[in-house]
Amino acid sequence: MERFRFYGSGLPGVKLDDLRGRLIVVEGTDGVGRSTQVALLRQWLEQRGHAVFDTGLTRSALAGKGLKRAKEGNTLNLLTFTLFYATDFADQLENQIIPALRAGFIVLTDRYIYSQIARAVVRGADEAWVRDLFGIALVPTAIYYLKADLDHLIPRVAFTRGFDYWESGMDMRLGRDMFESFCRYQTRMLEIFDRMSNFYGFSEVDANGMVEEVFEKLQRRVRELLNHKNTAAAR
Amino acid sequence: MVKALPQLGAGRLIVVEGIDGSGKSTQLALLQRWLVNQGYPVRFSEWNSSALVKQITKRGKDRRILTATTFCLTHAADFADRTERDILPALRSGGIVLSDRYMYTALARDVVRGVEPNYVRQLYRFAVKPTLAFYYRVPLEVALGRILGGRNALKYYEAGMDLSLSDDIEESFRLFQRRILQQYELLSKEFGLMVIDATLSIEEQQAQMRAIVKPKLEGVKRLSKHGKVSLLR
Repeated sequence: MERFRFYGSGLPGVKLDDLRGRLIVVEGTDGVGRSTQVALLRQWLEQRGHAVFDTGLTRSALAGKGLKRAKEGNTLNLLTFTLFYATDFADQLENQIIPALRAGFIVLTDRYIYSQIARAVVRGADEAWVRDLFGIALVPTAIYYLKADLDHLIPRVAFTRGFDYWESGMDMRLGRDMFESFCRYQTRMLEIFDRMSNFYGFSEVDANGMVEEVFEKLQRRVRELLNHKNTAAAR
Repeated sequence: MVKALPQLGAGRLIVVEGIDGSGKSTQLALLQRWLVNQGYPVRFSEWNSSALVKQITKRGKDRRILTATTFCLTHAADFADRTERDILPALRSGGIVLSDRYMYTALARDVVRGVEPNYVRQLYRFAVKPTLAFYYRVPLEVALGRILGGRNALKYYEAGMDLSLSDDIEESFRLFQRRILQQYELLSKEFGLMVIDATLSIEEQQAQMRAIVKPKLEGVKRLSKHGKVSLLR
């Protein structure tokens, strides 16, 4: 099996030779249905007999709580915010993702470094700096980018949980109200995701359809991936 | 890093660096007294002091769950928070910022902990370049004598216990400080730090420091002719 590698300088003291599992990332902008797809994927993979470990952003033992609190108070500046996310990511990578890969699990993550990079870049951070910052990350086995048009995203958000402060980029003062702000913010996010898709080699999945349709497409890709036993890293 | 370059305006950034026990904080406090007494607007900033990040760092330290990487990133977050919240606004308003330890501390410590030197340098690209960066050079034994003699208990990360250099906390501290000292010597060349011989008397060191700082104050607006001592910090 092909060996895992890091995007940049990686993590000190972490050996990659004994990582046996697969790292599967599901990415996409807010409201695209990522968590639903991740949950379905998990069930299906377990049904097939794979041990699955799933994880997402801001859940680490180290920074998860602090990050949540800081977000609630809207008290963070851009750099601090980005570094907080990176800390949280590093903690999860070292303490959860890598041990799970070592144990031969399929690690399924609802978002990875790409959402964090997009969030920083859309707010004006230097893209090269953010990319270097996340050079600690492992290159995933596959990155599925659930891609939907803004027209499809709007009702999904509006008629489920509603518009959220951060998902609407309200801190950026892009519009007169949350709806306007959401549209402008997500448009910019989609542009950044398209750029990253080329740069990082995303596998794009059309997410404009209904849940079942999207899942079928995703399933097909993952099945292909798992049938090719020799591919551990994406590129 | 925000795309617009940080503008120093009329401000001045003066930082002190050195291993624990080099006497740098004492020197900076004396410099602060001198500046405030002349009526300069002074803002003091200290390593690892952002209230926001402290909770996370403390949590990590108490539970001993920090790795080289998360140690590096939490300290960078602390530094970013202070840069955005305190240092930049004070400099842009034309004041003097005094910083007890600066990015060089991270460059020394993180590299000793095993983080790629280039990674840490890239990470701190957003840091404002200091007007003056003093490095208090002191032989290891002198610094250890000051620290180990005076203070009570060494803390886990402070002594570099996470590096497993020794089971004995004092011995670990010694070995850790020796490595940091080596890094400081390299950094001092790389970044052209202003070296002060920290074995000299406190008064001599302070006189040197003031002589170096004085010409850099030209053009900085004072708040009053004589500052109030009670306004310190």
